[in-house]
Amino acid sequence: MSNYIKLIVLGVIAVFAAIATNYARDLAYQVHAILVMLIAGGLFIWTLRNTDEPETFVDHSGEYMDGVIRYGVIATAFWGVIGFVAGTFIAFQLAFPALNFEWAQGYLNFGRLRPLHTSAVIFAFGGNALIATSFYVVQRTSAARLWGGNLAWFVFWGYQLFIVLAATGYVLGGTQSKEYAEPEWYVDLWLTIVWVAYLAVYLGTVIKRKERHIYVANWFYLAFIVTVAMLHVVNNITIPVSIWGSKSVIVWSGVQDAMIQWWYGHNAVGFFLTAGFLGMMYYFIPKQAERPVFSYKLSIIHFWALIFLYIWAGPHHLHYTALPDWASTLGMVFSVVLWMPSWGGMINGLMTLSGAWDKLRTDPVIRMMVISVGFYGMSTFEGPMMSIRAVNSLSHYTDWTIGHVHSGALGWNGMITFGALYFLVPVLWKRERLYSLQMVSWHFWLATIGIVLYAASMWVTGIMEGLMWREVDANGFLVNSFADTVAAKFPMYVVRALGGVMFVAGAVIMCYNLWMTVRKAPAKEASLSVAVPAE
Amino acid sequence: MEEYTLLRQFADSWMLLLLFTFFIGIVVWVFRPGSSKEYNDTANIPFRHQDKPAESKEARP
Repeated sequence: MSNYIKLIVLGVIAVFAAIATNYARDLAYQVHAILVMLIAGGLFIWTLRNTDEPETFVDHSGEYMDGVIRYGVIATAFWGVIGFVAGTFIAFQLAFPALNFEWAQGYLNFGRLRPLHTSAVIFAFGGNALIATSFYVVQRTSAARLWGGNLAWFVFWGYQLFIVLAATGYVLGGTQSKEYAEPEWYVDLWLTIVWVAYLAVYLGTVIKRKERHIYVANWFYLAFIVTVAMLHVVNNITIPVSIWGSKSVIVWSGVQDAMIQWWYGHNAVGFFLTAGFLGMMYYFIPKQAERPVFSYKLSIIHFWALIFLYIWAGPHHLHYTALPDWASTLGMVFSVVLWMPSWGGMINGLMTLSGAWDKLRTDPVIRMMVISVGFYGMSTFEGPMMSIRAVNSLSHYTDWTIGHVHSGALGWNGMITFGALYFLVPVLWKRERLYSLQMVSWHFWLATIGIVLYAASMWVTGIMEGLMWREVDANGFLVNSFADTVAAKFPMYVVRALGGVMFVAGAVIMCYNLWMTVRKAPAKEASLSVAVPAE
Repeated sequence: MEEYTLLRQFADSWMLLLLFTFFIGIVVWVFRPGSSKEYNDTANIPFRHQDKPAESKEARP
């Protein structure tokens, strides 16, 4: 019966997309309509062929739902490499403008590829990592199978469709020009549906848990899911110009729009890239170190302090703008106070290793997790500092900001995700161990040196251009033109791009290592779960 | 009173007090007597049920 409802829904979507293809007012919308038509049509045929077939019911309630997590792990590695390569390419475009090819103007120039890069790494790489690890963690810490059956598969594939729509939209010019929220109205609506399904799967599993307590990692994951839903909806309240086109107009205007955008933007950092990844930290670091978290009490205070403070920090993106002074001061104060819970969490993560520090010498995976927490500490110190109005007057609009973002994103988010992937692949594919620990070491060092090159060159060029912009001569005239600063930055831009190349190289080595782990590493003995009495 | 001023005053006073008290309450709650024993058990959740879900009610202490 449910198949008939599915067929009706898919059929209606396919026909509507076909009409939309015909009436489309712009290229991005047209390509998306064709894409949706093909996917809905394909699913229609597939569902039709399976309708009224004899059902074979298999009881899976005695095992975890790991298939969707395996797909999530593959998607994370795949999108990671795509996003890193895109970032490295646009870094070279900044150093060598000739790479903005004449034949690809309007499609593959820096302005079009830059949101592709940011969305690919944050939402495709980071988002898939969060969905996959959250599904893994919530099942293990609730001792329950994922709630909702195939709904988890809908979340996975629905999210991939969102990524494809967003990425192709940017290249073809479908963007609402809000940083980290570029996708247009229909893509936003689709993400909302997928996200509600995600929340349902997650919450459903937590509710039917067999453990009495909800482990702290789940608190962080849940805060991430709920807050991102709220941010996404409020920042994307737009009215489409036409149902047959991608262009829409936001209902907020002026400084309110700017404030809501950065309330969204900074909490995307706070809840997507911090709270969610802290959930990862609170599960995978204890697992890899084989000891419980340093202080569970601290983790609870960490959680509440972090979510109470982060939500207010957004206005520091709008110093010296039309935003009232009191609002930007409020943002600045909360950003500085935020330093405390951030470091509380960092200490909690690092001290989990107390008594097991020797593992750092022998286990490159835990080394990766530890350096990620180290980078977290560094960027959560740098951030509050940059949010102070006087510092911001120098740092804002310069490459310092870019360097800060990347020490957080590559160092903290990237490294903890790599650590989680190295942990998950042998477990999910039932392998004894990773294919090669030496390759993990290579990845570790390539990535770390790459990040150091990146961050250091961006500090130099950021502070330099900030100082050059404000330099005035004895008569009060500006000394440098904008083009002077661009010329002066060239060497640092090349260093930054090389740092990117190293980071990509490390990620490619990781993909090969994980692939070979699945193909070649010895399978885990099935009998291991059976207890053998000691002599 | 206009809406903005009303909301602003409420945020500055009662809401601030509420959130602050809630937070202090959590800190006090976390350090309540006997919490260490309970949290030790909770902190060890990741080391249970690695391979398959718990049977019926077995896991709940």
